[in-house]
Amino acid sequence: MTLTPLNIVLFGVVALLGVGLYGLLITRNLIKVVMVLQILIKAVILALVLAGKLGGNTGLGQSTAATVIVADTIVAVVGLALAVQVRRRFGTLDVPKISTLRG
Amino acid sequence: MESIQYGLFMLGAIFCAYRAIVAKRILTATIYLACISALTSAVLYLLGAAQVAVMELSVGAGLVTVLLVYALSVVGDDAMDPASVIPKPLAFALVGLTAVVFGAMAYPVIPAYFERGSLTLAVSLWQTRVLDVWIQIALIFSGVLGVLGLLSEKVPGKKEEVES
Repeated sequence: MTLTPLNIVLFGVVALLGVGLYGLLITRNLIKVVMVLQILIKAVILALVLAGKLGGNTGLGQSTAATVIVADTIVAVVGLALAVQVRRRFGTLDVPKISTLRG
Repeated sequence: MESIQYGLFMLGAIFCAYRAIVAKRILTATIYLACISALTSAVLYLLGAAQVAVMELSVGAGLVTVLLVYALSVVGDDAMDPASVIPKPLAFALVGLTAVVFGAMAYPVIPAYFERGSLTLAVSLWQTRVLDVWIQIALIFSGVLGVLGLLSEKVPGKKEEVES
């Protein structure tokens, strides 16, 4: 097995996805959940550009990555705004506590 | 030499991602997230996606970091990450299994790599995917409107008092 640059990026993408999934499983803070989603999205952006390069259609891969960056930013903005409102209303950012509170 | 550059940037990004997740203080994790963005941009640039790299650097390391710091300033100093509900060894095993399966599925794609002519980013974005671009513009506008509503000072669920 040779370590070409594309192999290295592929292993990096898999590792970033793994770290992101691990973070998603162990994180309880709402703001940190948004951050972990950002890590996962970065792995996806790299994977899209890599797939475009591998498939010979670099423009399509890059334009899809640009779309993902825009959608990811909106997700981050709305997620953070929701976290701020949840903190104001419930007084906590702990996901299990929020899910057990009513009203 | 090129492989070393890719390896260093990817290892740095993975290390920062791990540190961002295990960091107790959210502000520290925010700094690590900005570092991941910068290192990802470097890898994107090396892959030949210079425009996407610039977007990622400006949005990921700039805008999102500023938003996170703003959110932390509103939330206050008690933004600490509590201990996990799921046992960490179980989470680690699950994620390791997923990563191994995903890697085994994706790795055979690499030998099929070949370079051939393709559309440029500008042609792909502004001609073949122009509808997507308009949808993105609408998405950004609706996102801004949503944030204006969500960040308002009015506490939800409380009725406004009528001044007599």
